[in-house]
Parts: sequence; structure tokens; C-alpha cells
Amino acid sequence: MGTIWFCIVAVMLAAYVVLDGFDLGAGIIYLVVAKTSADRQRIHKAIGPVWDGNEVWLLAAGGTLYFAFPQLYASGFSGFYLPLMIVLWLLMLRAIGLEFGHHIENPVWQGFLDVVFSVSSILLAIFFGAALGNVIRGVPLNQDGYFFLALWTNFKVSALPGILDWYTIMAGVVALVTLTVHGALYIAVKTEAELSLRARAVAVVLWPLQFFLTCSSLAATYFIRPQLMNNYENHPIGLLIPLLVFASLGVMIWAGPKGKEKLAFVASGTYITAMLVGAVFALYPVVLPSSGDPANSLTIANSLAGEHGLRVGLVWWSLGMTLAVGYFVFLYRMFRGKVRLEEPGY
Amino acid sequence: MDSALLVHRLHFAFTVTFHYLFPQLTMGLAPLIVVLKTLALRHNNPRYDEAARFWAKIFGINFVLGVVTGIPMEFQFGTNWSHFSRYAGGVIGQTLAMEGVFSFFLESAFLGLFLYGAKRLSPRAHWWSAMAVCIGAWLSGFFIVATDAWMQHPVGFAPSPRGGLQLASFWELMLNPWAWWQYAHTMCGAVVTGAFVMVSTGAFYLLWGKWTEHAKLFVKVGVIAGVLASVVQLYPTGDGQGRLVALDQPVTLAAMEALFTGQPGAPLVILGQPNVQEKKIDNPLVVPEMLSFLTYKRWHAHIDGLDAFPKDQWPDNIPLLYYSYHIMVGLGTIFIAEMLLAGLLLWNGSLYRARWMLWILMLSLPFPYIANTAGWMTAELGRQPWLVYGLMRTADGYSKLVSAANGWFTLLGFFGIYTLLGILFLFMLRRTIEQGPEGEVSHPSLTAEALTGEGN
Repeated sequence: MGTIWFCIVAVMLAAYVVLDGFDLGAGIIYLVVAKTSADRQRIHKAIGPVWDGNEVWLLAAGGTLYFAFPQLYASGFSGFYLPLMIVLWLLMLRAIGLEFGHHIENPVWQGFLDVVFSVSSILLAIFFGAALGNVIRGVPLNQDGYFFLALWTNFKVSALPGILDWYTIMAGVVALVTLTVHGALYIAVKTEAELSLRARAVAVVLWPLQFFLTCSSLAATYFIRPQLMNNYENHPIGLLIPLLVFASLGVMIWAGPKGKEKLAFVASGTYITAMLVGAVFALYPVVLPSSGDPANSLTIANSLAGEHGLRVGLVWWSLGMTLAVGYFVFLYRMFRGKVRLEEPGY
Repeated sequence: MDSALLVHRLHFAFTVTFHYLFPQLTMGLAPLIVVLKTLALRHNNPRYDEAARFWAKIFGINFVLGVVTGIPMEFQFGTNWSHFSRYAGGVIGQTLAMEGVFSFFLESAFLGLFLYGAKRLSPRAHWWSAMAVCIGAWLSGFFIVATDAWMQHPVGFAPSPRGGLQLASFWELMLNPWAWWQYAHTMCGAVVTGAFVMVSTGAFYLLWGKWTEHAKLFVKVGVIAGVLASVVQLYPTGDGQGRLVALDQPVTLAAMEALFTGQPGAPLVILGQPNVQEKKIDNPLVVPEMLSFLTYKRWHAHIDGLDAFPKDQWPDNIPLLYYSYHIMVGLGTIFIAEMLLAGLLLWNGSLYRARWMLWILMLSLPFPYIANTAGWMTAELGRQPWLVYGLMRTADGYSKLVSAANGWFTLLGFFGIYTLLGILFLFMLRRTIEQGPEGEVSHPSLTAEALTGEGN
């Protein structure tokens, strides 16, 4: 039962990163690729109808995490108090930048809100990456299963680290580059002509960097937590995951310049999913490792909710998610194809 | 109160009070929009569709604000109240996760279709998208109220071998009598807000002399909904809720009424300031024996006063609880009178010309918000000193490792960002109201706005 819910939460989080990831990516490249006001409108139009629904995946994943692993939710959220609050503010600022920009005709304020939108997207990508980095590196859990992390201490990976150290900053940069490419490919798919080409060019420029960062982040992870290799050694089938990471990276690099943006975008989504699955596979059955005494680590077994609740949950979760996936398929079908400004209304 | 406890309580109180300004309107407007869409389907008059579109815009703005201020609520269960979450998460995780899975996806997907899909969908399908948004909003309300109801009156749980509580019966949790009475009372309060906002906007247009045909429709739909909702708010929903408090939280009832000494034939205090030191009401204005009658339907029934309970069970802020409760009830009574009067004028056909009444209706706009806020304050202050009634004290529930200084840091941050949100919200609302309900918005960035703006 614990393993099932572990997988469910992981899948929901991955869905959030893949879906809202391209909204964030679009925000990151927004100021670079959108040269005219029409370009800006096209980008808004490409993510406008879907970003809010994508963000809901974060909420639903959070709710499911709370439901299945209340102990993890309690420890993790209180321990990551400061960065989570900053993430909340950034999510609000992004929503303000995205939604209020077009209600204000004044170009000065419009320009300002565009910057708010883009900068908050950049910072969110970095924070999300750093969050994942923290979970992989481990946190100083005490015997009661709680911890509290400062934003930074001395930037070293030690038993008493901060939220930001060299490893988690590196994870933040990996996330930033990955989501930039992801969003750029999305915009390349959803738009036409020069804007599409410019977005694609961003992805092409960043690929060598993405490849380099992928390799070095894997190496760094092995360096700081060699025990993460245990699951791979015991279950070599897991090695298919890093294989998939590099295969999808290869497909992106091959398909992008040939104008097959759609394929490259799908490959980018696969790459993100495979990176996350690889991390989760390595952690299992730990859900939040301790950076000090390994006995303090939170595992599926010691943070799971009660059996009855979880069994009932499987029933309504399956029902609810079937419906939710249905809405999403319907929504994306309604708004499929390239965005065109001359089309009045959706 | 130690300062970390204080700041964590203020943190949640502030963010949830600000948050609930928006959902109370979206939950209250949603059924009214469905009514307008139904009228539009039945009658071949573009006015109804224009009216529905106008309110959908207002709905959209409020919905976005509701979403962005709602995310911190879910987070704070973990960030600021982690000991509570570890203790109770095995039970209330059910309702909180169900809200995400059942209502958020429904609302967000169909709001997109409702706001931008008018041309792509058939009128009937568009009606259904409005209905889906309404159902999503009302489901969301249920799961949150059920969570609060469990904290007021915990049911369906058992001790967990890992410490804390776990779910023992899903159906007991869902069928908690507190959940259903509180839900009825809360949703009805939301409809009061929705009705008043609609009436107030209509009254404003009538007084201004603009869009008068739409305005009459707003006033009519709003007054009818307002009469129904404000009456049902008192009876049976308010009455039912009050009797649960008397039954399960008698000390809360005594504190709400500031009844320091138990007595048969207890009076109902209309006005007066509770004097907790001397255990009496200053400057009292009372109706003798009324409290006994309202509670037990018997004039001489005995009601327990605060003296019947040990002091460590008393709500920790009796004056604020007393005022919240009295403001809620007082405003609720005024709403009934006001809406009945407006209904009477509507019925004899003079409401649209009765400028004095239109002025009253227009200026009433803030009061349902105050009444709803006061109602929630009554529920939450009345639950003190418990976080989970009878099981966990509030002082034991907050995150012990999050210091008061970190709490203040983020609370001040929320003050700042919510001030910004509030200003932008009022700005957008004013713009939408001044543009009026007629036809399409006609300014240069029409396309972009129709596609990306208006909230979703």
C-alpha cells in the first residue's frame, strides 16, 4: 500500500513539473524571444488557458502527499519553511504578472508586469530544482522527525547544510536550463514563423549546456550520496532510467534542428520524467533522507497514514483522477494547434 | 500566550480571512450565474447572456484571487501547523486531498472553457460548463467545511500505532452532522454575499442611469436570491448550527453569549461589553429569557454559564468571540429586514424607482463580507483553546521548530503581498464594473484580453 501511494505521489509531482514546467519555461524565455507586442500576446495565448490547470497539479499532489504521508508533509513543509513561503510569493507574483498585464493599457506598467512574470518564473524554476536537490542530499532530521533549515549556511554539503549549498544550487541551475528548453520547445510548437524559430534557437543553444549539466549533476549526486547507487546495484533494471534520460536527450538534439519540435518537446517531457523517476527510484523506500544519522530518515513505513484511510483513498483517487484526466484531454483538445491572434476567442 | 503560538495563529488567521473574501463570492455567484445562463437558454433575449458574461468576468477575477490566496492555506497546514498535521493528517488528509482531486481540476478546467469557450461550445454545452464550475466550487466548499467540522467535532477516528490519529470510518467523517449544518450555513452565507453584490451593482447602475435593463435583472435576481438566502441563513441553518454548539460545545455557547453565570430563563444580550474580570456585562441591553427559548425552545430552560466549566476550557478571547458572534447575528437580522423590504418593493413594482432603497442596497455591499468573516471568527475563536475539539490544544499544534522571528518574517511578507493583491483586485473590479455588462469589451487589445485575461 505504501509503495502504491509513493508511486502515485511521484507521478502527480512529475505531471506537475512536466505541465507547469513549460509555463515556467515560457516565462523564462519570454523577455528574450518576444520582440513585439504581438509576440507577447502569442505567448500569453499559448499558456493562458492552461497554466492555472497545470498549477492545480501542484495542489493536488500536495493534498495527496498530505493524505498519504502526513508525517512527511509535516516535517518537510515546516523544515523547508522559508523557501516554501518564498515559492508561494513567487507563484502569486507570476499569477499577477501573467493575468494582470493585459488589463493595464499603460505600456510602462505592462512592461513592468512582463518583467515580474519572467523573473518570478526564473526564480521558481531555480527553487524547485533546489528543493529536489535538498531531498536528494538529505536534511538534518532530529529523532522526532523534524528539522528546520536556514536558507544558507556556508554553502557546503555537510551534516548541517542550508537550503542553498553548491549541490542544491547546481540542481537549481539544472532545473532552470531544463525548464527553459522545455518551455522554448513548447512555444516553438505552439507558435509560427519568427517567434517559433527564435524559441527553437534558444533550445538549440542550450542543449550542450543541458547535456553537460546532466552528466555533472549525476556525478555530483554520486559524489555526495554514494549510497543512492544501492537500489541500482540491487535492481539493475533501474539502469534503464538513466538510459532513457540520455536517449531522450539524444532525441531532442536530433529532432530539434530538423524542425520536428513536437517530437523534441515530447522528448523533453520524457527527459524530465526520467530524471525525476531516477531520483525517486534511488531514494525508495526513503522519502526524506537524514543528512546526519540515517536512523532518523523518513521512510514510507514511518510516515504513512493509516491502512483504512489509504484503502478508501484508492477508490476515490482512481475515480477522481480518471475524471481529471478526462477534463484535461478535453481542455487541451479544445485549445490544440498553433495559436493565432486573428482568431477571435477560443 | 507564547509569542511563537501567537504569530502562527495570526499567520493563519490573517491569510485565511483575506482568502475567504474571494471564495465566498465565487461560491455565492456560481448558482446565480447558472440561473442567468438558464434564463438565457429559455428566453431568446441577449440580455441574459450579456448579464451572465458580465458576472462570469467578476467571477473570474475573484476565482484567480481565490486560487492564489488559497495555495498558502494548504501549505500552512505543514509549514506552520506541522504538529497538528502529524497528529490529525491521517484523518483530514482525506477531505483535503479530495478537494484537490475532485474540485480543483473540475473548476480550473471548466472555468477556462466557460470564460473562453462561448464561441466554440454550443449554448447547451456552455451552460454545462457553467454548471461544472458551480459544482466544483460547491464541492470545494464542502471538503473544506468538512475538515473544519472535524476539528470542531472529531468523529470517525482511532489512535494510530505510529502516534496521532488515523481514519476509522470514512462515512462517519463524511456524514459528520457538524459538517452538514456548517456546510449549509456557510454556503447560504456565500449566497447572501453573491446576492448582495449582484443587487448592489444593479442598484449602482440604476442610480447612475446606465445599463438600466441589465441593472433591473441584477436587482431582481439578486433580491429574490437574497430574500431566500438571508431567511434560510437564520432558520433552519443558523438555528441548527447553534443547537450543535449548545449540545457539543456548551462552554463556547456561554462564551459567545458572555453568560458568566448559569441560570434558568437566561437572557439574550443584544448590546453590551463583556467584562471578563468582573464576570458581567457592562451597559447591558437584554431580552429576558430569550436565550433559553432560542436554545431549548423553553422559556425557563437552564443554560450553563461559564462558571460551570473549568477556566482552562474557556475560549481564550471571550470579548472578540462575543463581538464576532453578535456582529454576525446582528447583521444577519438586518439583512433579512432589508431584503424583505426590497422584495416587497420589487413585488409591487416600485423598487427600480425607489432611489432611497437603491442607495441602501448599493451601500450594503461590505456588510455580508463582514458578517461572513464574523461568522468564521465565531466558529474558530469558539473552538479555542482546542485545535481539535477535546483532543489537541492549539498550543500543541504549531510547528515548534519554526521560530516566532521566522513567523513574523513571512507574516509581514504576506501583509505586503496581500496589500498589493488587494489594490490590483479593486482596480480590476472597478474597471470591470465601469465598463458595464453590455456587449463585448471594445478596446484595442481585445483579442489578447479575451484569450488570456479575465481571470483564468
